[in-house]
Amino acid sequence: MGIDLTYAPAPESRSIVDLKASYGLFIDGEFVDGHGSDSSAFKTINPATEEVLAEVAEADAADVDAAVKAARRAYQRVWSRMPGSERAKYLYRIARIIQERGRELAVLESLDNGKPIKESRDVDIPVVAAHFFYYAGWADKLEFSGYAGSDGSAPRPLGVAGQIIPWNFPLLMLAWKIAPALACGNTVVLKPAETTPLTALLFAEICQQADLPPGVVNIVTGAGETGQALVAHPDIDKVAFTGSTAVGKAIARSIAGTDKKATLELGGKAANIVFDDAPLDQAVEGIVNGIFFNQGHVCCAGSRLLVQESIADDLLERLKRRMSTLRLGDPLDKNTDIGAINSAEQLARIRELSEIGESEGAERWSPSCELPAQGFWFPPTLFTGVTQAHRIAREEVFGPVLSVLTFRTPSEAIEKANNTPYGLSAGVWTEKGSRILHVAGALKAGVVWANTFNKFDPTSPFGGFKESGYGREGGRQGLAAYLKTEQGGR
Amino acid sequence: MAARIDVRKTYKLYIGGAFPRSESGYSYIVNDAKGRFVANAALASRKDARDAVVAARKAFGSWSGRTAYNRAQVLYRVAEIMEDRRPQFVQALQQSEGLTAARANAALDAAIDRLVWYAGWADKLTQVVGNANPVAGPFFNLSTPEPTGVVAVLAPQESSLLGLVSVVAPAIVTGNTVVVVSSFDRPLPAVTFAEVLATSDVPGGVVNLLTGSAATIAPWLAAHMDVNAIDLVGVAGEQELATELEVAAADNLKRVRRAPGAEPDWTASPSLDTMTDFVEIKTVWHPMGV
Amino acid sequence: MLAAMPPSPTADLTSLSDVTASESSLTRFLHGLPGVDQVGAEARAASLATRSIKTTAKAQALDLAITMVDLTTLEGQDTPGKVRALAAKAMRPDPADPTCPAAAAVCVYPDMVATAKEVLGDSGVHVAAVATAFPSGRAAMDIKLADTRDAVEAGADEIDMVIDRGAFLSGRYLQVFEEIVAVREACARSGAEDAHLKVIFETGELQTYDNVRRVSWLAMLAGAHFIKTSTGKVQPAATLPVTLVMLEAVRDFRAATGQMVGVKPAGGIRTSKDAIKYLVMVNEVAGGDWLDPDWFRFGASTLLNDLLMQRTKLTTGRYSGPDYFTLD
Repeated sequence: MGIDLTYAPAPESRSIVDLKASYGLFIDGEFVDGHGSDSSAFKTINPATEEVLAEVAEADAADVDAAVKAARRAYQRVWSRMPGSERAKYLYRIARIIQERGRELAVLESLDNGKPIKESRDVDIPVVAAHFFYYAGWADKLEFSGYAGSDGSAPRPLGVAGQIIPWNFPLLMLAWKIAPALACGNTVVLKPAETTPLTALLFAEICQQADLPPGVVNIVTGAGETGQALVAHPDIDKVAFTGSTAVGKAIARSIAGTDKKATLELGGKAANIVFDDAPLDQAVEGIVNGIFFNQGHVCCAGSRLLVQESIADDLLERLKRRMSTLRLGDPLDKNTDIGAINSAEQLARIRELSEIGESEGAERWSPSCELPAQGFWFPPTLFTGVTQAHRIAREEVFGPVLSVLTFRTPSEAIEKANNTPYGLSAGVWTEKGSRILHVAGALKAGVVWANTFNKFDPTSPFGGFKESGYGREGGRQGLAAYLKTEQGGR
Repeated sequence: MAARIDVRKTYKLYIGGAFPRSESGYSYIVNDAKGRFVANAALASRKDARDAVVAARKAFGSWSGRTAYNRAQVLYRVAEIMEDRRPQFVQALQQSEGLTAARANAALDAAIDRLVWYAGWADKLTQVVGNANPVAGPFFNLSTPEPTGVVAVLAPQESSLLGLVSVVAPAIVTGNTVVVVSSFDRPLPAVTFAEVLATSDVPGGVVNLLTGSAATIAPWLAAHMDVNAIDLVGVAGEQELATELEVAAADNLKRVRRAPGAEPDWTASPSLDTMTDFVEIKTVWHPMGV
Repeated sequence: MLAAMPPSPTADLTSLSDVTASESSLTRFLHGLPGVDQVGAEARAASLATRSIKTTAKAQALDLAITMVDLTTLEGQDTPGKVRALAAKAMRPDPADPTCPAAAAVCVYPDMVATAKEVLGDSGVHVAAVATAFPSGRAAMDIKLADTRDAVEAGADEIDMVIDRGAFLSGRYLQVFEEIVAVREACARSGAEDAHLKVIFETGELQTYDNVRRVSWLAMLAGAHFIKTSTGKVQPAATLPVTLVMLEAVRDFRAATGQMVGVKPAGGIRTSKDAIKYLVMVNEVAGGDWLDPDWFRFGASTLLNDLLMQRTKLTTGRYSGPDYFTLD
C-alpha cells in the first residue's frame, strides 16, 4: 500500500560562484596582501566534503593597524562629514546589490559554512539585504531615534568600530554589525571567523561595486590573534563582538579602564517551554526549528525543551516522528534540512558533550540517519530524562542536540528556564494569551518567542540578559550601540 | 529631408492603475511657463473623483496589509525609476516651472531624495510613535499607529514635483491610499510621476491622480463620506475655500491638514506630523497571568 | 524517508463512542483537541512546498498524481455527451501514449452516474457522485438521503457528501455527526461493499484551522472513508495548509484507532507543481501509506492536462502545448 516517494538529488549549481585560489585583506577599498608570509595564510574548507575552498590571508598586528588607520582617515575626512541622506544611499546600493547577487552569496555561504542552501537562500541572504535596507533608512533620521542630544540634534557616531563575528551566520552577522555602524556614521574594521571568511570577502567586492568610499569598510581575515590585535588597538572607539561567553568576558576585561565601548552577543541555553494547551503540531515545528535549524549552531537555539509533564509522552512521540523526516546531507541539495557541522573542532565538542550526557544517565535518541563518509556530520539528537543537574542542561553544546526536561506548573517552568547564567532567548507555547504575557514577563531573556521560534527581523532588537551579553542589535534600540549618547554607558 | 514630426502625448487621469480620460470628456489647455501651448490635459469631474475614491478604497486593504518592509521597497523603487527618467522629469519641470536645467535637476534631486527619506520611514514610524504603556495593573498594553484609510490630497499649486512627492509619500508610506488633485497650471510633472507609478511596483489604486481644478473637485472630496482625511495644502492662501472645505469635511470628521497662508518652502526638512496626521493610534490591552 | 511508526491505539473506536453519546460530550471532545496556530501551520506548509522533486522521483510523482485524479464535471450545463467524453478521458488520459495510467474516478452529479457507468464499465475507473444537495447542503434530511440512495442505485462507487456548515458553525456538532452516519448508511449496497463515503467540509466557509481539525475528527468518528476539503464552488477551495491540518488529523486518528481515512483536496489545484507539493506533504506528514489512490485523491479538472504535459516533457525533453491533449 502506498509508495516510497524518494526525492532525487536536487543540487544547486556551484558554477555561479567564482572562487579564487587565494584572498587578501580588504583595506582602504582594495584587496592587499597581508604582511604575513605565505605560511601564515590559512585554508578555509567546505565542511561537507573537507575540500579546500581557498587560501585566506592571516592579518597580523601591522595589518590590523593599517586597517584601523584607513578606517580613521575615512571617518575623519569623509564619512562623519557626509550628510546622513548620502550615507543612506550607499547602504541602499549595497542592499540592492546583495539582492541582485543573492543566489551567488547563498551558494558561497553554504559552501563555506555547511548550512543547507534552503536556509542560506530563504533566510540568511534575504534578511541580510533587509538589514541593510532597514538601517539605510535610519541614516538620515537619527534626530528622531530617541537618542538625540538635548537640543534635538542628530546624535553623533562613536568613530571607528572593531567588529568580530562568528561562523554560524557569517554574512548575517556581518550585516548586523556593519549596517547600523555605517548608518550612524561610524567606519569599521571587521574580522570574520576563520572558518567562514568567504562571504565577507565577497561583501568587500560588493562595497567596491557600490563605490563605497575607501576605508569605510575594512575586512581583516584571521583567527584569535587577529581578533585580539583588533580589540587591543588603541585607536578604536567601539568593540562589537558576537561569539562565546568566554571570549566576551576576555574582551570586557581587556577594555576595562579605557574609553572603548562594547556590545557583546554571547552564548545561550534557551528554554523552549511547552504547556499542555499548546498548539501541538506547531509546537513540534517550533522545537525542531529551535534546535535543528542551522544544525543547532545558533546562540539563541531552543536547546532545552521544558515540556509540561501531562503531555510529555504525546509530544515526544510527535517530535520523534517529525525528526525522522529531517533530511541530512549535501548542503547544496535543495532538499537538505540539516547540513554539516562547521568544523572538526566543533564536531569534537558536540560528540564530547553528548557522551557526557549519556554517561550522566540521560537517554539518547536519534532517527536513523546515513552520514556521508567525508565531512563533519552529527545526526539530530534528543536526550530525555534530563534534569537541571546534568551538564547537557547547563552547557552550550552548539549543535543539533536537544535536552528534554519536564515541569508541572508555570512557576516551575519559569524557575527552571531562568536557572542558568545565560539569558539570551526563550520560547513559550500555549494558546492562552495571558499566560504568554505573564511567562514572557517573568523570563530573564532578551528575546521571547511565543508560539514561534528563531524569528529574526531587522526591526526587532536582539540581545541577551546576564552572561549572554549586553547591548542590542536590530531595531531602533540597535542604534544605541553606535551613537554617542550623552550619558555615556556601554 | 523634412524635419521629423513628433508623436505628442495625450495627458490623461490615473485611476485604479489605468489611464482613463475624464468621464466628462472635458479637457483644458496647459501652457508652459512662457505661455506657450503644451497640451490639453483631462479636466477631472466629480464623477472621476468618485471613481478615484472607489479605486483607492479597493486598494486600501491590500496596500495597508503589506509588510512595512514591502512598502518601503516599493517606494524606493519608485525613486529608482524617477532617477532613471531624469531627462523626462527635467524637461517637464523646465516646461512647467520655467526653471533652468540646473534648477530643474536640483528640484528633481530633492524630489527623489524626499521620496527615499519617506520610504525609509515605513518600517520605523511605529518604533518612534508607537510604544508599550506601563499601565498600573497586570496588563500588557501596546499602542501602534495604523493608516486611516483613503486620503484626499490637494497637491501644491507651485511646486509641481517636490511639493507633489512631499504630500503623496507621507500618506502612502504608512499604508493609506490617496486621491490627488494635481496643480492646475502645472500638471505635467504629476502626469509623468503617475506614469512612473504605473511602471513600478505600486499597485493600481494606491495613488490616483486627477488633473484639474481643486476649486471644482475638492468640495466633492471634502464632502465624500468614504474619504477619511484630507490635505488642503493645494488651496494655500485661499482662506474662504479652505474653510468651506474644512466645514464639509466635518460631516464624517475627516482628519484635516489645514491650508497654510501661503505655499510652504518644500526644501525644508519635513516633520513627523506629515505622516502622523494620517494615522490612528490603536491601543490594545491584554491581561498577564497564568 | 519517514520511519514506519506503528500505530499505537491509545483509544479504540468503542471507547470513542462515549464521545459521540451526546452533544455536550462531543463538543467537549472537539473543543479539547489541540489548537492550530495559523502562522505556524502555514509556515510548515510553505516550507514543505520548497521541496525539489526531480527526474525519476518527478516521473513517479506525476504518474501517481494521475492515478489520484477524480476527473470532475459539476456544472448545470452538463449533458450526457459531456459526461461520456469525460469518462473516456479518465480511462485514456493521453490518447497518444498508452503507458499513461488511468485516472482514479470521474465525479459527476447523481443524475449523470448511469451515463458515466455505461462508458466506464469495469475499466477500474470509479464513478463518484456528489450528493446531499451539493454544493450548499441546504435541504431537508430526507431529500439529502434520497439524493444519496439514488446515486448509489444508479451505480456510484463513491459518494461525495457535503456537511451542513450552518449546523457546524452554530455548534450543532451532534446533528452534523448524525447526518454523516445516516448518509453512510444510505451508501449500503446489497451484495457488495458500501459505496465509499467522502465528506466535504467546505473549508472556505469554516475559515479557521481549528474548525478544520474539529470537523475532521467529527467526520472520521462518524465513519467517513475520506475527508474532503471543498466543493470547488466557493473560494478559497483547497489550500496546502488546510490539507496539512487534515493530514495531521488522519495520522492522529490512525494512531488512536488503528483505522486509516483518506484525504481529498478539491478545487484550485491546477498545475503539476501544485500536485507534487501535495504529494510531498502527504509523504512527510501522514506517511507513505497514504500515497495511493485508495487513500489520497485530487478533485480537479484542468490539473490532468498539466500532468500530461509535464509527463510528456519528461519523456520527450520538450515543453508541450495544449494542442496535443484533449480538451475533455
